[in-house]
Amino acid sequence: MSGKTLRIDGVTRTFPARGRTPPTLALQPTSLAVAPGEFVAILGPSGCGKSTLLRIVAGLDRPTAGTVSLEGRPVAGPGPDRGMVFQSYTLFPWLTVERNIRYGLVERGLPEAEQAAIAARFIARTGLAGFEHHWPRQLSGGMQQRTALARALANDPEILLLDEPFGALDHQTRELMQELLLEIWEGDRKTVLFVTHDIDEAIFLANRVLVMSARPGRIKAEVPVPLPYPREWTVKTTPEFGALKARLMAEIREEVRRAAVSAGA
Amino acid sequence: MQPLRPVSPGARLLLGAGFFAVFLGLWLWVTEGGHVPALFLASPGRTLAAGWSLLTEYGFLGDIAVTVFRVVGGFLIAAAFAVPLGLLMGAFKPVEAFFEPFFSFARYLPASAFIPLLILWAGVGEAQKLAVIVIGSVFQLVIMVAVIAGGTRMDLVEAAYTLGSRPLGILRRVVIPAAAPQVAETLRLVLGWAWTYVIVAELIGASSGIGHMIMDSQRLLDTGQMIFGIVVIGVIGLVTDFAVKLLNRRLFPWAAL
Ligand SMILES: Nc1ncnc2c1ncn2[C@@H]1O[C@H](COP(=O)(O)OP(=O)(O)OP(=O)(O)O)[C@@H](O)[C@H]1O
Ligand SMILES: [Mg+2]
Repeated sequence: MSGKTLRIDGVTRTFPARGRTPPTLALQPTSLAVAPGEFVAILGPSGCGKSTLLRIVAGLDRPTAGTVSLEGRPVAGPGPDRGMVFQSYTLFPWLTVERNIRYGLVERGLPEAEQAAIAARFIARTGLAGFEHHWPRQLSGGMQQRTALARALANDPEILLLDEPFGALDHQTRELMQELLLEIWEGDRKTVLFVTHDIDEAIFLANRVLVMSARPGRIKAEVPVPLPYPREWTVKTTPEFGALKARLMAEIREEVRRAAVSAGA
Repeated sequence: MQPLRPVSPGARLLLGAGFFAVFLGLWLWVTEGGHVPALFLASPGRTLAAGWSLLTEYGFLGDIAVTVFRVVGGFLIAAAFAVPLGLLMGAFKPVEAFFEPFFSFARYLPASAFIPLLILWAGVGEAQKLAVIVIGSVFQLVIMVAVIAGGTRMDLVEAAYTLGSRPLGILRRVVIPAAAPQVAETLRLVLGWAWTYVIVAELIGASSGIGHMIMDSQRLLDTGQMIFGIVVIGVIGLVTDFAVKLLNRRLFPWAAL
């Protein structure tokens, strides 16, 4: 539960004009605080700036204005205190599953035995036992994302940034992965910032859901999820879940429609 | 036949050997059948006989060894210089901006045109032979390695950053391993070019080597020896190419998946 508070203050991002394309305002001034141990889901239509926001928090992109800080210390670039799982598959193809999970541990210079022990623990927790020595290309999409999750977790970051990590998976695998993630989070209550456009996923996992407007994105609504943990998949059929879903659907539909209109679709 | 449908290993071997058989058949037909005078083109039999006498009487094995030494030596010098520089250029854009324009220019300089100059500078010894190969391959190699390293997937670089890598760690643990299989393939290609440069270097101002033997045989109008020399180069090329391919597959099993 111990950890650092993430503070996002007036973060704005404009992508500069390039050739004939005009500048894109991807993110309107956005402010947000995430307390240690929170699981915050960011929900928004495609293109509203969710990835942009997460990349700025990760330090992979710089805000045009505003600041991001972790326990008062400004974020100046990427670092191991903010682990990330990307929407696309980003395992290192030249490393086995086990070596991928060890990547950050090697970078930190941990002793071999400790690396192996930590890797073994996360292999077990993510259900990858038996696949330690597989190459990423030999894995299904679900297993690749499990490995990516294990790789980020093994590094013991202060905050876990998840950018639609299950977006490319089929529905069944996706639900399994949600349960897996929830179980891991219920175990160590690491701070999580989770981007998704799936309403069920956001409610099922998070204790707070932020809805973003269509581009240029801003946080237009904040919906707490008072469902108690540990949550089972059966929670999805409860009336409380249904009421939250109805509310979020109303918020999101409006934005998706606006996004579609502005895109001329 | 369907587009892009793979063939079985057995069929591949059979088809590959088939063309060699066709080629040999044609050669037999034009020479033994008397369609070209023996002076211009020796028959396969005559070529083999000439090869045998080269090997047993004229110390041709020594020539082969000298040429192999030159190829491998020149190639290693070029690779030792080009691979690290290419990787640095691909990874660090200011380094690329500094070297790339000149190297792009230099790689169009024909290595063979340097031979007279090199003889002037370095004489007709080994240094000159090695220099021809190095000049012929180093610039191309630098540019190709730089392009490969520059093509490293950005998302992998970003993932490494979020796992705690610093710029040098990115180079060592992402750019280099990501580029390695393609760089190895490029080296295989360039090794092939080194063979053509060495022969050119040996045709002019050499006293040993396969190229020199071919030149000598021309003076004696011995087409059998000349063809044998050329075939030997082809066979060595084929064998090393195959060996390097196998080595690459062993070194980078993940790349073949
Ligand atoms: N490097 C870039 N250069 C220019 N424009 C960009 C760049 N990256 C993103 N954008 C623009 O910024 C906007 C927000 O992009 P972003 O990737 O953050 O959206 P998103 O909410 O993650 O969408 P999705 O759900 O489809 O992943 C988009 O309109 C996109 O076109
Ligand atoms: Mg996105």
